[in-house]
Amino acid sequence: MQFWQIQTLNSFALGGLLFLLSSGFALIFGLMRIANLTHGALFMLGAYAAVSAMRAGFGLALAAVIAALSVAVVGGLIERLVLRRLSGNAQGQVLATLGLSFIASDFCLIVWGGDTIPIQTPAMFQAPLRFMGLIFPTYRLVVVGIAVVVGMVLYLLMERTRLGAMIRAGVDDMQMARAVGIRASALFTTVFCLGALLAGLGGAVGGPIFSAYPGLDSDMLSLALIVVILGGIGSLVGTFVASFIIGFIYTFGTALLPDLAYVILFLPMVIVIAFRPTGLFGTIRT
Amino acid sequence: MATDTSALVLESVHAYYGHSHVLHGVSLRLDEGRLLALLGRNGAGKTTTIMCIAGLLQAREGSIRMFGRALGRLAPEFIARAGVRLVPQGRRIFPSLTVQENLAVAEQKRAGGSPWSFARVYELFPRLRERHRQGAGSLSGGEQQMLAIGRALMGNPKVLLMDEPSEGLAPLIVAEVGRAIEQIKREGLSIILVEQNFKLALDLADDVVVINTGQVAFSGSADAVRAENELVTQHLGVF
Repeated sequence: MQFWQIQTLNSFALGGLLFLLSSGFALIFGLMRIANLTHGALFMLGAYAAVSAMRAGFGLALAAVIAALSVAVVGGLIERLVLRRLSGNAQGQVLATLGLSFIASDFCLIVWGGDTIPIQTPAMFQAPLRFMGLIFPTYRLVVVGIAVVVGMVLYLLMERTRLGAMIRAGVDDMQMARAVGIRASALFTTVFCLGALLAGLGGAVGGPIFSAYPGLDSDMLSLALIVVILGGIGSLVGTFVASFIIGFIYTFGTALLPDLAYVILFLPMVIVIAFRPTGLFGTIRT
Repeated sequence: MATDTSALVLESVHAYYGHSHVLHGVSLRLDEGRLLALLGRNGAGKTTTIMCIAGLLQAREGSIRMFGRALGRLAPEFIARAGVRLVPQGRRIFPSLTVQENLAVAEQKRAGGSPWSFARVYELFPRLRERHRQGAGSLSGGEQQMLAIGRALMGNPKVLLMDEPSEGLAPLIVAEVGRAIEQIKREGLSIILVEQNFKLALDLADDVVVINTGQVAFSGSADAVRAENELVTQHLGVF
């Protein structure tokens, strides 16, 4: 009983973190048609930035804010200095973002070393919650809560604000969006910073669950790719649902059938690409 | 000096799609407050001319000026913000936005006065008001055309470019769109209208320019054309 209950909660927590990671990836891909392969590295940078902020004496909450903002700045620089020059060149963007993610992982290795660095769960969330004879790790509930709140804020941003309408207009028809006076350059930078901010936040918030370690970037990038392909590129709701589906598949797959974990993970993606290339909710073909 | 007071002046504009040379030195002038009908056969270069003015295609040579201001090298969003708005061929409304959002993303107020607003656009096209919360992708073709025109007007343009607004619409709707264009024109807006519907274009136009194989084949007043139809039909052939 305890096994199912804990794994279910773990699945939700992983799903929440995947949503923080993938929503930005999907947003960037939907608007700019860039498969941003630095996204895993941005997540890892968020984790390491939180490590440094906590060593400087900040609590996890403030460290997460600092990490998110720093990673947003890094994202903005990547967009302005590198991707801007490669607009319309999909192959160049893939190679450049892949190269940048290698550079980022080496940078992390030099600065933070090769050992896994655990991130302390805040003291107030260390004691498990007991409810109806069941025991819940409190911090995992907090992570799910953060993901749900971020999801709602993103939804309102996209559906209820002028900025959100401008982003959706750009996803529909970028050329026409520019012809009605929407500044593509500012919009791209804003969206890229927002995507990086969410990835950095995910890395920091996920710290107590994953820790910070070399290789976190590629682990997360492959999960993000699976989520956006399953959910449908450019669909926020799809990304949200797919994040939790993958959270469950990955958690239970590795717990029950560890030898087949990657088969269980990648098989749904292959099936979706073969039979429903727009993903479960999307409109853009992968 | 005459060029500086004109709403829009094109001087020997050359444009290419890849290696194919589409516009071979197009020159034309749109005077303030007038409607210029840009006519020609399919593939003559009408849409290409419009795309060059809007900045969606970069002219390789020549100059494009609006009220004396050079637009040639500006990105499309800055041409739009300078005051050129486009009703594109095929309408190209944003299908995942509501009607109201389609208008909102294009809204721009101008220092020199902003005659157009949500209220004025809805007054021009009451059907858009009825459907303002509806997804634009679910509108009929005629309603999408009204939305495309309303969206362009929300930018309070100085020059309005309309590329085949009657295309694919039922005759009744064409008449409604025609009335709307007439009303917009009465407000003093300077308009370039590309049309396959020769009669509609001639009913509305002050001036006529015919393009043939990427060059201006005829340029004159609509009155002259109305008086002597052959003037234009010999260049168009198909009518």
